[in-house]
Amino acid sequence: MPWVLWPPAICALALVVLPVVGLLVRSDLTRFPSLITSTSSLNALKLSLITAGLSTVACVLLGVPLAVVLARSGARGVRVLRAVVLLPLVLPPVVGGLALLYLLGRKGFLGILVTTLTGEQVPFTTAAVVIAQTFVAMPFLVVSLEGALRGAGDRYERVASTLGAKPWTVFRRVTLPLLLPALGSGIVLSFARALGEFGATITFAGSLEGVTRTLPLEVYTQAEVDVDSAVALALLLILVAVAVIALARPRALEGVRS
Amino acid sequence: MRKLAPVLLALALAATACGSEAAPQEGGRTLTVFAAASLTESFGTLGKRFEAQNSGVTVKFSFEGSSALVQKLTQGAKADVFASADQANMDKAAKGEVLDGQPSVFATNRLAIAVGKGNPLGIKGLADLAQDGLTVVVCAPQVPCGSAAKKVQQSSGVTLKPASEEQDVKSVLAKVQSGDADAGLVYVTDATSAAAKVDKVDFPEAAGAINDYPIAVVKDAPQARLAGLFRDFVLGAEGKNELAKAGFGAP
Repeated sequence: MPWVLWPPAICALALVVLPVVGLLVRSDLTRFPSLITSTSSLNALKLSLITAGLSTVACVLLGVPLAVVLARSGARGVRVLRAVVLLPLVLPPVVGGLALLYLLGRKGFLGILVTTLTGEQVPFTTAAVVIAQTFVAMPFLVVSLEGALRGAGDRYERVASTLGAKPWTVFRRVTLPLLLPALGSGIVLSFARALGEFGATITFAGSLEGVTRTLPLEVYTQAEVDVDSAVALALLLILVAVAVIALARPRALEGVRS
Repeated sequence: MRKLAPVLLALALAATACGSEAAPQEGGRTLTVFAAASLTESFGTLGKRFEAQNSGVTVKFSFEGSSALVQKLTQGAKADVFASADQANMDKAAKGEVLDGQPSVFATNRLAIAVGKGNPLGIKGLADLAQDGLTVVVCAPQVPCGSAAKKVQQSSGVTLKPASEEQDVKSVLAKVQSGDADAGLVYVTDATSAAAKVDKVDFPEAAGAINDYPIAVVKDAPQARLAGLFRDFVLGAEGKNELAKAGFGAP
């Protein structure tokens, strides 16, 4: 490895590590326990874990089929579709939130339908939080799965078909097992992204304790009055994110290797 | 890979060049004003007039939530003038020792109800907002418009069940404009500036929570003399006139 890579690599690492160190230095660790155990903080943490979990489930249920279609379908226009799927990755989250609002809001065309059918509206509900998180997190899952599928190629699937397996059997017995390692890292990535979701949530779902105010939104709200408390919550968010990544690391690494 | 070194060097040079403060312009002077977001329209106009009256002066505004501005000032951001949307944040700035001299109140603001164009639900006052089935959005109690909303509820005895507590008054307005909220508590000035898209319903209980807008010169202001001039300009007749047009009350 050429030595010249070291300085930029160290700078890159510093760019990630130093801000966290800044937070740690700024934080009042003696007050940390009392700050993060306030009712509003605990409510936000609980809501964050529940919604991020639900949206990860939604990401898997919807993202796995999408990744398989994108990787295996020979249909025309799939390349364009792939670009569309990546949109939430590059859209500013606020734009994502506005887009969801104009679709599912009270005046949005799907929103009108939902309201007529159920009498309920989507914005300002916990469901809206889950939708916003799924919207921004799903591309992470799809990208990791699709990459794995393309890398593995489709020769096993073709062999299975020539041996007489029906498409559903091929999917269940060949494609899914191929996906498993990448699914691990995809799940971790999308859960972590859902946990950190902010812009789309505050734009589309709003901010109300216990209903839509997730941990990132609580940090933002607290920063208005008590920076110490915001810093403590930010550390809590980092702790949870690191814990998630660390716990899932073995699988995630497998996903990278495969 | 060997080609990388000169590129990195160039990048590093570029980065330091970007990082260094821009040299003060010869002749032209720039006045930096940190002002609450609710002052965007009126201060924008006043800034232009101030420039016209003081040749060679450029007024640069940073409009944001008052507390965000105080945070920046206490972290060492360079500014000449600070105008806050409430006394609490000005007090925070004073406590952080970033002010030069005493702040003066130049305007007041009070709440109004913003509803959809034509007031489709016929909302007449604060009490109407407590009805079931109505989607009402307010500011979070942590921000000035939210603390005013809280005060109004306490003094009037009307308890709202908001669907969301937004971070700033513009977000409340946006939710009313998009039709996702039936009504929102905003400042009378914001409802006035968005008159093309929302209707404004005044309510008497708003008198119980009047927000003061103080202005002050920032300590160690790069343009201290100009800063004083601008403060006096805002406090003077022209400032009063423009602020009144935007719906602000007199101090």
